[in-house]
Amino acid sequence: MTGEVALAVLLLGPLLAALGCLLAGRQGSTVALLALIAGAAAVVVLWDGMLRTGPIEVRLGGWGAPLGIVLRADGLAVGFLAAAVVVMGAVWAVARHDFATPRARDVFWPSSMLLWGALNAIMVSRDLFNLYVGLELLTLTAVAMVALGRGPGAIEAALRYVLYALMGSLVYLLGVVLVYHGHGTLDLDRIAAGRSGADALALGLMTAGLAIKTALFPFHAWLPPAHAGAPSPASALLSALVPKAGFVMLVRLWFEAMPDATPPAALAVMAALGAGAILHGGLMALRQERLKQILAYSTVAQLGYLFVMFPLVGGAGAGTAGAAEAWAGTQIGAFSHALAKAAVFLCAALWIRAIGSDRLADLAGLARAMPLSCFAFGMAAVSLMGLPPSGGFIAKYLVMRASFELGLPGWGLVLAAGGLLAAAYFYRPLAALFAREPPRVQRTPRLLEAVPLALALAAAALGVLSQPAYDLLQAGAPAYARGIGP
Amino acid sequence: MTGSVVLFVVTASALIGIGLWGFLVQAHLLRRVLAFNVVGSGLFLLFGALGWRGGGVDPVPQALVITGIVVALAATAVALWLVGRFAEETGRADLPEDRREDRQEKSSAGGRP
Amino acid sequence: MNALPVVILLTSLLPAAVTFFLPQEQHAWRNGLNLGGAVIKLGLVVVLMGAVAEGIEPEARLPLAPGLDLVLRADDLSLLFVSLSAFLWLLTTVYAISYFGEKPELSRFFGFFSLCVAATTGLALSGTLITFFVFFELLTLSTWPLVAHKQDDQSLAAARSYVLYALPGSVAVLVAIIWLEGLVGTVAFAAPPDLSGVDRWSLTLIFVLFVGGLGVKAAIVPLHGWLPGAMAAPAPVSSLLHAVAVVKAGAFGIVRVVYDIFGVARVQELGLGTPLAVVASVTILWGSVRALQQMELKKRLAYSTVSQVSYIVLGTALAGPFGTIGGLVHLVHQGIMKITLFFCAGLYDERAGARRIEQLDGLGQRMPWTSAAFSVGAMGMIGLPPIAGFVSKVYLGVGAVQSGELWVLAVLGASTLLNAAYFLPLLWRIWFLPPQTEGIGATPIPFAAVDERVPGLVVPAMLTALTSVAAGLFAASAFSPLGWATLIAGGAYSP
Repeated sequence: MTGEVALAVLLLGPLLAALGCLLAGRQGSTVALLALIAGAAAVVVLWDGMLRTGPIEVRLGGWGAPLGIVLRADGLAVGFLAAAVVVMGAVWAVARHDFATPRARDVFWPSSMLLWGALNAIMVSRDLFNLYVGLELLTLTAVAMVALGRGPGAIEAALRYVLYALMGSLVYLLGVVLVYHGHGTLDLDRIAAGRSGADALALGLMTAGLAIKTALFPFHAWLPPAHAGAPSPASALLSALVPKAGFVMLVRLWFEAMPDATPPAALAVMAALGAGAILHGGLMALRQERLKQILAYSTVAQLGYLFVMFPLVGGAGAGTAGAAEAWAGTQIGAFSHALAKAAVFLCAALWIRAIGSDRLADLAGLARAMPLSCFAFGMAAVSLMGLPPSGGFIAKYLVMRASFELGLPGWGLVLAAGGLLAAAYFYRPLAALFAREPPRVQRTPRLLEAVPLALALAAAALGVLSQPAYDLLQAGAPAYARGIGP
Repeated sequence: MTGSVVLFVVTASALIGIGLWGFLVQAHLLRRVLAFNVVGSGLFLLFGALGWRGGGVDPVPQALVITGIVVALAATAVALWLVGRFAEETGRADLPEDRREDRQEKSSAGGRP
Repeated sequence: MNALPVVILLTSLLPAAVTFFLPQEQHAWRNGLNLGGAVIKLGLVVVLMGAVAEGIEPEARLPLAPGLDLVLRADDLSLLFVSLSAFLWLLTTVYAISYFGEKPELSRFFGFFSLCVAATTGLALSGTLITFFVFFELLTLSTWPLVAHKQDDQSLAAARSYVLYALPGSVAVLVAIIWLEGLVGTVAFAAPPDLSGVDRWSLTLIFVLFVGGLGVKAAIVPLHGWLPGAMAAPAPVSSLLHAVAVVKAGAFGIVRVVYDIFGVARVQELGLGTPLAVVASVTILWGSVRALQQMELKKRLAYSTVSQVSYIVLGTALAGPFGTIGGLVHLVHQGIMKITLFFCAGLYDERAGARRIEQLDGLGQRMPWTSAAFSVGAMGMIGLPPIAGFVSKVYLGVGAVQSGELWVLAVLGASTLLNAAYFLPLLWRIWFLPPQTEGIGATPIPFAAVDERVPGLVVPAMLTALTSVAAGLFAASAFSPLGWATLIAGGAYSP
């Protein structure tokens, strides 16, 4: 399989699979599994090819920009493609047992495939309009999944989600129009080559639009009800993967397309919003009584971590080893968040299946009845708190070190505070699980419990094996995030 | 810029402005979805107008606008489906936080949980 | 030879990983695995000791990211700690197997128990600051389920307060590490960083962060609040917690920071030695006073730990060869003596139902071996010759004179009196008071039915008691704790 074929498999495969799932009905999960296996193989090919020859670029139909469509798999893209296929696989294994009703099944399998395809497309697209189309597809399938949740609350959450998302799209699209007016192109590399007076305004608009879709504080109000209301396997996809798409687009815009339009003050504002997300999300998570709400607010907080990178990678530190550390640390953090957050949501899925509730009070004593999934939850929580040994720790360490090296220790301290908050809000479910009296549970197959455990182990392994991830991220990173390292 | 382009831009801006106003102010969900479409039309118009770069018509914005219309159509369909489901289940066509009587109740009752 | 530290770590880590997934009924497998790991580990540590004594310092390295390597490395200081933990792990495992019998949730317990020991081993063998931190955190995390093991309200509250203290402490340590590394690059213990270019205030703050963060684990007053509550844990856990794992990790960390990062000279130059000695002294006295007020045996022992662990910090702060030796040797001596006391406390509780000190009356008649071991431990803590504690106190005293901090002598004297005041009445009750006629404890065990003869519980206590006598008697030997401590101090003060 060559790089071109691998990209085709990752982009067309999910779309065909979505169609297949619709047609296959009862056998939808089998079709999805085949697509996932092919996708996993494609990711391996891309990863390997990229380490050997650098980023893989494909011009569809042999046409280059501005007319043709260019796809490029760089380190950042391949990392997220890999995280997505792993999370998708785990969700597949749990969701197969979770959607008993035909209606839910008929919606879930095709939409999960569409969601995956859209995600893949966003990771490798190099064109603002293609990114827009991908993001719309992603959002709409995500909304459909939220609507699968039970009760009127879910529909309300989906509705709120879609209204926010539509607003975000419009604002983003306005920015795109301005960019086209200024540059006459929407290709990221060509935008980077030129300059236009409207760049700052365009970037501001696109950023606002994407911030809404990424649920960056203070545009996050739609996220907790949506992620808490969706069926749990869907929540895993929504929380682990979907907001990362908007984040990747922001990174591409700020650091690849328009690095000149980003003054230090703007970079600091982004980090400040991130800090706001960390503190607000953490404090809100502390006050929730339901597990899935805690996890959803935790996602708000964890997304904030990603934006602390902005003033460290751009601005005065650009091109230094510190910038490279912040860059790699943030992306490793995003990967390990994807794995760990999917793990905890899948735990929630299994527990809701077993005891019919996700109230903390009802979870009491579950550690005795379902030790494997509780252990998985604990391990994933450790990674989300940023404690060693885990990918979350490596991420926090690298970004904190960068902040101290670059003379901006305040951002590092925010991360430290965020870690403490995370420990605090994860402590409550953990202590509940550990309480004495075991609840009445419906039997869960051991193998099913092993799924979140595998994800949690993967998040921990990312901490021990972060060198390959670091090497991957350095391939095709923007010049000033490519440090030699101390 | 020729005069007609200015006309396009002004019209487009007006549409966007009206649409945004509707989107933010209206509580009725159907109206908000319509407002979204009004903004969308304005944006596509603007796209086409700004694509006029001196030497003739640029085909790229036109191609993109067509794609954009399809995307907006899909989004509208999903939104309307949800509005329908919501109305079926709750008998309402507005979200709790946007209900005027609710807000008044809240302020008079000192905020309900 | 370079792989040896890794193998030693794996002797605890692998049993931990496997034990988690063993079904509860597999007692033989679980016990075999843990005992086997402990025995192999002890053997390997002896081999390592021989190698280090010949001047070889094995090192293994796992790169994680640029500037972030996990390094395991054995030097004199790490061996002092590793040998202590390997020896006591074996005895505690024997003790724990008898203590728990066939109670529920044993796979979870032994899994975290071994993990806790693995973390201790790892932080003893850490070659860089960040490696130290990784294992320091692993220790925090693996101890939580052990403290909460009984899963009753008291245990859960204790575990909660432990985390409440430990995690902010960890954050302080992490910030200190990253701040320091931001200034001077990666810090390895083998090659202390060059701090000459760093300004005073940064260094002072970093030092305070280090001592504050590590001090939570070392239970330095006023950061000691979690320790007395943690005695709610089962006896084997308390034994390990108070002797090797958590409090020692904090003390060991402070020793590393002072000797291998800042260096004694720089600590003195920054004027931080005396304040540290004052903090340690306050802790010593405060812990003793509080111990005197406790009527529950394990609580009294817990406050005694608060007090005794700060001897190590005090020795380190005195910044002279004799003080150093006294502090380091106490790291081992306190471990052996305190584990004896906790083993015995567990025995009194399990076999006689005695938890409060008035319930100890006359137990010497029914539990002579336990009571003998307890007496040795208690007298060692007071500092009576020829038990190990005496050696520690003598060296600390000489160190105080050598450093010109004569007030420390008064602290040592007062502390010894206080130690006697809270330990001697216990011995008096055990040996000389008549037994209480009705049964003791909540579910009365008739006095005549009290029977200590469970080899798995009594033998470890006897062995540690004997060891603490031997460590005092044969202190002059090169392989005694004192011998090693002298070796290390020689390294720290050689030009």
